Amino acid sequence: MIPASFAYHRAASADEALSLAAEHGEDAKFLAGGHSLLPLMKLRFAAPEVIIDIGRLSELSFITDEGSAIRIGALTRHHDVEHSELLAREIPLLAHAAGQVGDPQIRHRGTIGGSVAHGDPASDLPAVLLALDATFVARGRAGTREIPAGEFFRSLFETALEPGELLTEIVVPKPANGAAWSFQKFTKRAIDWAIVGVAVQDDRIGLINMGSVPLRAGRAEAALAAGEPVADAAAVAAEGTSPGSDIHASRAYREHLARVLVGRALEEARSRS
Amino acid sequence: MKVSVRVNGHDMTADVEDRMLLVHFLRDVAGLTATNVGCDTTSCGACTVLLDGESVKSCTVLAAQADGRAVTTVEGLAGNGEMHPVQRAFHEQHGLQCGFCTPGMVMAIVSLLRENPHPTEEQVRAGLEGNLCRCTGYHNIVRAALAAAEVAS
Repeated sequence: MIPASFAYHRAASADEALSLAAEHGEDAKFLAGGHSLLPLMKLRFAAPEVIIDIGRLSELSFITDEGSAIRIGALTRHHDVEHSELLAREIPLLAHAAGQVGDPQIRHRGTIGGSVAHGDPASDLPAVLLALDATFVARGRAGTREIPAGEFFRSLFETALEPGELLTEIVVPKPANGAAWSFQKFTKRAIDWAIVGVAVQDDRIGLINMGSVPLRAGRAEAALAAGEPVADAAAVAAEGTSPGSDIHASRAYREHLARVLVGRALEEARSRS
Repeated sequence: MKVSVRVNGHDMTADVEDRMLLVHFLRDVAGLTATNVGCDTTSCGACTVLLDGESVKSCTVLAAQADGRAVTTVEGLAGNGEMHPVQRAFHEQHGLQCGFCTPGMVMAIVSLLRENPHPTEEQVRAGLEGNLCRCTGYHNIVRAALAAAEVAS
């Protein structure tokens, strides 16, 4: 399979990427590692006329300790997040989950920013970053702004990023109790997207593939906040979600999985802390 | 567009379509046909090559993204008529049946052993999650990876 024709531009700096995006408008897409966009282009689900390759902007590949938070450049690869000693120590949920994305080859190419900007509710890292209460930094021609993860994902493959705006950084606050985490991903094969996945950090719960956007399990979180036991919180984990039915699972099965996996994740997070 | 890639130690420059995939650059432009196209959807790993020393699926990389970088295919592993230790281990451990997945498996294992020279069996299995064997010959493939690690140590 071969993508539809496009014009390829490689940006040498974030500034150049932004001017190219301004020049080409809605015909253009940023290409980071290409492991979300290229498969869609090969299937002709996406056919941008212009590709702006930002994959070599080393200025956007970093993991730095800022005291109360860790800043991660949008072009940091899953492989580098997975093997970061800083993240393993301070935010083990994120290092672990990055190591569960796809397979080693995919992790050598795919980036954390690409995964977030793609806005796929079946991706692992958006729900993980919701559970970590992360903030996304976006740069446009007008300047830089910060968008809380909870306000970023708007609908299927649609985010709060404006046309021509570039996701540059992900800011992850260090959790109150870094050890209180769990990541549960239910797949048929290792490399598949999660049929349902759950990320827990402290008492925040992120849900993968339980609706058109990555979600927090609000009802279950409220139950925990009210002092209810884990089993009672898990029992309401699917409330307020709207998962789809597809060849892999029915809606009812996904709701069942969400309850089971939230229960397991909360138990594991508590046993670690 | 003009793309220059160092393929198995040799510089190769060609004028290709912007949309050309790396696997087609290797097979059709460089004439290196050991790298197979299997699923063509980033799943099976048959097209795995090394890009600057790390395993990637060349059906999901543009030739343009490899411009100025080094690619190694399975043809580039043997030196001076000697098989690479991973190739030899596949031979000795009967790590292939039909052989279709083998170039990708070998390259994935070369990359894995660079990152982790002494993997456990479990780490080898996890490290090969992105490579499918349609003969289901996984046991001997894993044995070959472990044997190659043993030889290298």
